[in-house]
Amino acid sequence: MELRSYITRRLLLLIPVLFGVTIFIFGITMMFSPIERASLYVTDARQMTNIPALIETYGLDQPFWVQYGNWISEVFSGNLGWSRVVGMPVWDAIWAFLPTTLELAIFATPIIIFTGIFLGTKAAAHKDRPLDHGTRVMAIFGWSLPTFWLGLILLMVFYGYFTGLLPPSRLSIPMEMVVNSASFIRYTHINTIDAILNLNGPVLLDALRHLILPVITLSVTQVAFIMRLMRSSMLESLGKGYILTARAKGLAERVVVNKHARRNALIPVITVAGYVLAGMVNGVVITETIFTYKGLGWWAWQAAVRLDIASVLGFALFNSVLFVLVNLVVDILYTRVDPRVRLGGVMQ
Amino acid sequence: MTDWKFMARQLVKNPLSLAGIIIIAIFVVLAIFAPLIAPPPEGHLNHYMIPRDGYSATPQLPSEEHIFGTTEGQYDIFYGVIWGTRSAFHVGLVVIGIVVAIGIVLGSLAGYFGGVIDEIIMRITDIFLAFPALILAMAIVAAIGPSLRSVMIALTVVSWPSYARLIRGDILQVREEDYIEASRGIGASNFRIIMRHALPNAIYPTLVMASLDIGAVVLAAAALSFLGLGAPEGYADWGQLTSFARNWIVGPSGDPLRHWYAVTIPGLFILFFVLGWNLLGDAFRDILDPRLARR
Repeated sequence: MELRSYITRRLLLLIPVLFGVTIFIFGITMMFSPIERASLYVTDARQMTNIPALIETYGLDQPFWVQYGNWISEVFSGNLGWSRVVGMPVWDAIWAFLPTTLELAIFATPIIIFTGIFLGTKAAAHKDRPLDHGTRVMAIFGWSLPTFWLGLILLMVFYGYFTGLLPPSRLSIPMEMVVNSASFIRYTHINTIDAILNLNGPVLLDALRHLILPVITLSVTQVAFIMRLMRSSMLESLGKGYILTARAKGLAERVVVNKHARRNALIPVITVAGYVLAGMVNGVVITETIFTYKGLGWWAWQAAVRLDIASVLGFALFNSVLFVLVNLVVDILYTRVDPRVRLGGVMQ
Repeated sequence: MTDWKFMARQLVKNPLSLAGIIIIAIFVVLAIFAPLIAPPPEGHLNHYMIPRDGYSATPQLPSEEHIFGTTEGQYDIFYGVIWGTRSAFHVGLVVIGIVVAIGIVLGSLAGYFGGVIDEIIMRITDIFLAFPALILAMAIVAAIGPSLRSVMIALTVVSWPSYARLIRGDILQVREEDYIEASRGIGASNFRIIMRHALPNAIYPTLVMASLDIGAVVLAAAALSFLGLGAPEGYADWGQLTSFARNWIVGPSGDPLRHWYAVTIPGLFILFFVLGWNLLGDAFRDILDPRLARR
């Protein structure tokens, strides 16, 4: 099957999934009474008296399908509701908080991928030797660590014991003022990138100082996950005939491991990119909450705790669409990386 | 049953899984004997609510009376972590039990009958799997109101699809076996075939792996509690105890680690509980995976 028709079919298959996702999200909101849902549209206190009128206007006493139809057409026009916790539309809030979360992701993703693959390869090459056992115990520990607790411990040591060395939040107050001043142009709202574009060293250093602990907290679990996967994938790859051939023709062990075995072992690791993304989104909520690193995750937490249901569901919908699209891209990449996977076969 | 004996021997021989077994055993003892280890004070009605010693905000250092100290709001940490062990088992066992039951029913329906039923069930799992789990759980808890019961409902809703899929895969593998065909030939009902022939031959490894996920469930529940979406204030719950320490990670100047006990102790209980299950699960996965066994 041709790649283009494969992608088209996959995109078509997304429609029922996204339809289900939106029904599910909407079903959660329908657990509230019309009055409670009307209050979601209230943007300031004076409107509280208008609740019956709001129920009328938005048809909140209509049957499920009518309401769903109204809601979904609003969603398609970009209206996800009003975010009470930040006092702006949910859609605007997502765009306002996204750069902060991206900043974390930009640093955490390469660390997760490279550390995980590196340690996994090492562990497999040293199977059943001390290095393998050591990394294995590390991985099980990392996988079992409550990340919220890890974050608190890191803060206790690097913010408390080494007074103020690696502080929480995104920037220190003086640097915050620099960033918000007129002379500092905010191209992307990602502080490190903006600092580089503005050639502002102090802001860059300050932003990096605030990034270290959150990035570690966000990465630990995922590194453990990738590392274990890489190890078993490498072991499988190392047992294949072409490895025997490579060794038989006298190649150095380093070349056998790094070139012949690792390249083939990477394929299964690519397929879990979607899971890693999901794990990172989960981690972002916890990490940003602990470090008051005010991005999407912090906003979603605020919304959940203060029962701002429009924001929570907007965030969930945004993430599910992102997650589904990433999985699609992964599947397409998979067919490119591994020529043995025929597109027709993947469809089954 | 020699398989099981072999497996048990492997688990005890491996130091990591042996450590896991010992850790879990210790927690089981803590949970069973909680009333003896941390006796509730006289006239204390709900034993799962941690007794308070005053209402002062500042945590108290460990002392004779409170051997692990107290948290902000004077909840006794020792009492909280011991009774929290019971809460952890409660959440883990209930969620895994329900999730596995749903998984068995829907997974075997989908795997055995195939066709339209399979398609419908699998598309429904697709929908649930299209969310990052914690985010969906957060949304559900926020919608039905924070409580320990909401946490259990939310974790059930987000985790059943993976089990349904696993069990479907197991059933698919045995569906075409001769013994299934044979029992169909002698006129056994579908229900009987699934219950007596397909399930017993297909799902034990999956069931064991699923039960070892208790650690993961407890970790997720603790995260939700930490975020303020779980147990009511004062309930013996590790996640909540950890969140009480959030304002006290930095002590007074000159003594920055003053409140280390409030920060570390509840988290250590979570870590070791989850670690116990994961150590066992890791060893078990190796034993079950014939491709990796003893090469």
